[in-house]
Amino acid sequence: MFKLKSTIIKDLRILLRDKVGISLMFVMPIILVVVVTSIQNSTFQLVNKNRLPIIINNNDTGQASKQLIAAINKIGMFKVSQVSGDQSEKQMTDAMHQKDATLGVIIPANFSVKVSAKSKSIAGKALKSFGLEGDSVKHEAGDIDPLTVYYNPILQESIRMSVQGAIRSALQLVESRETLRSLYFSINEKQLPASLENEMLNNKTAINEIPVSKDGTRTTPNATQHNVPAWTIFAMFFIIMSLGGSVVREKVSGSFIRLKTLPTNYMVGLLSKQIVYLLVTMLQAAVIFSIGIWLFPFFGLPALNLPADILALVIVTVVCGWCAVSYAICVGVFADTQEQANGFGAVSIVILACVGGLMVPSFAMQGFFKSAADISPMHWCLQAYYTLFLEGGKLKDVVNNIIPLFIITLVFQFVTFIGLKRKNLI
Amino acid sequence: MAVTGPLAIDVEDMGFRYPGNPEVSFSKLNLKVAKGERFGLFGPNGAGKTTLISLMTGLLTADEGHIKLLGQDVGKQNNAVNKLFGFVPQDFSFYQELSPVENLQFFGAWSGLDKKTIKTRTDELLGILGLNDVRNKQVGKFSGGMKRRVNLAIGVIHKPSILFLDEPTVGVDVQTRLAIIDYLKELNKNGTTLIYTSHQLSEAEGLCEKVALIDDGKIIAQDSLGKLLKDHKQDSLEQMFLDLTGKDLRNDV
Repeated sequence: MFKLKSTIIKDLRILLRDKVGISLMFVMPIILVVVVTSIQNSTFQLVNKNRLPIIINNNDTGQASKQLIAAINKIGMFKVSQVSGDQSEKQMTDAMHQKDATLGVIIPANFSVKVSAKSKSIAGKALKSFGLEGDSVKHEAGDIDPLTVYYNPILQESIRMSVQGAIRSALQLVESRETLRSLYFSINEKQLPASLENEMLNNKTAINEIPVSKDGTRTTPNATQHNVPAWTIFAMFFIIMSLGGSVVREKVSGSFIRLKTLPTNYMVGLLSKQIVYLLVTMLQAAVIFSIGIWLFPFFGLPALNLPADILALVIVTVVCGWCAVSYAICVGVFADTQEQANGFGAVSIVILACVGGLMVPSFAMQGFFKSAADISPMHWCLQAYYTLFLEGGKLKDVVNNIIPLFIITLVFQFVTFIGLKRKNLI
Repeated sequence: MAVTGPLAIDVEDMGFRYPGNPEVSFSKLNLKVAKGERFGLFGPNGAGKTTLISLMTGLLTADEGHIKLLGQDVGKQNNAVNKLFGFVPQDFSFYQELSPVENLQFFGAWSGLDKKTIKTRTDELLGILGLNDVRNKQVGKFSGGMKRRVNLAIGVIHKPSILFLDEPTVGVDVQTRLAIIDYLKELNKNGTTLIYTSHQLSEAEGLCEKVALIDDGKIIAQDSLGKLLKDHKQDSLEQMFLDLTGKDLRNDV
């Protein structure tokens, strides 16, 4: 026990004097968490609270295009500004740049006429199917000329899809209104009353969004709840930059030769490193969570809400930290130089983070990558954290994530042992 | 060469070759060192001195024969044997980030000493080796000579019965060299057997009672220094060394 205690003290002293290593393990991940959460939060705000600037060039003089613009405005997702005159593509993009707009829409000149014709045609067909014969049934309308939407390439595909869906629903509203008017006029030979039109077209059914949680709480997830756990995991695995290098440094330095001639097994040295760096990962998590809770609101970010089951959070963090430490030692044992350990370590944790769903959600992955996520320890860490932070889960809910994580950790430990034996280090 | 008295080191019919290397490093090598001797191992670069010390300290394992230290078989991670000897490697074998005191605390614990003994021995050694003034400063900032003294202090903290020294004075000034040699003689007086390698043959003449010359993995001469000089009709160890190993340059790959 005295040997282990002395080794832990030695490792702590060396660690505390490694200023670069400490900054890599603490400062860098903290910066990462703050920056990524801020960026994701602003994206969240852009879609949900801020309005996307959009320029509309209306070449149509009829009512349908005005109704379309009103409908687009009513969605609440866009900040609409209009440009007049027949705009070329070049003029439109220039206008977008001038007004800092990410979207531009051109409504074709004959939009209202075409919408009206199509509405009459549909109304005629409807009357015919009711067994009535109306004037409009004689009309066969052509397709409406398409709207042209320009977009800034910085818009992510998911946002573009939302934009397209929103414009399509506005179009649908305009077309439905025209069809309804035509139908009413054909039957009653008078205009559809405005009150009836509003009643029929205004969507009265509200949509209630309810996050499904394990404990029945209704906390709406936000960028902080998503990002802090994810990047805490990344930070824990980032200790490879210090620990992997430390193992290699000791291995290639003269001190290791002396250690091998002393009446103490090198496993004591590795056990000490595991204890010291596990403490480091715990400290990393505590620091990052504290920043999320107390500092984020000062940056205008949502505060982090800790899970109700703190014991489960501690257990998940310990297993996750132990896995990160085991991986770093494993890489350190097999690397011959510090450059190898740092290079491989850095690239491999980025790959594990990608595959594990830290950068792109696992559910959005396809085929091979979806299966590959299972072998990334970060995937299991993330699932466990999400269950606790987002779904209000308890310890029993994360057992299925802890077990695979534990198995992966044991595999790292076993591979390390084989490496030490093969390299004649124990 | 007849060895009288109990043996500190007994190497018998020892054979060794590095894995993957077809060349035999040692074949049927025999070496006996009596307890309390100051024994010098000399040879040109690549002769096998460091390999032989690595075999005697258990860093490498012999393929044939046996190596015994004070009657106990040397083996990998043999804790009982590892307690018997101290090792001062040619490279600086300590943590540059730590101070001499912190290094001695750690290596003392790994050598099997308790906290109290470590403290006593640390104070004693830092005083003897002139490191008291810098006891709490980081070793990484020390001069080469100071680092050599720290290297030596760590090797002897547990008062080993046998001390292996692989070029312990390389790259140091005259004062440090004299201090180290004086301390080694002092240790020997107190019963520690010294196994010493160096390219400083004049220095070795002042320290070693018995010597062995190694070349190409074979011991080509072994006896007391006086007898060897007399037998080979030479005035100095250096002259005898050149006479026996030639003047060709050696590459140690």
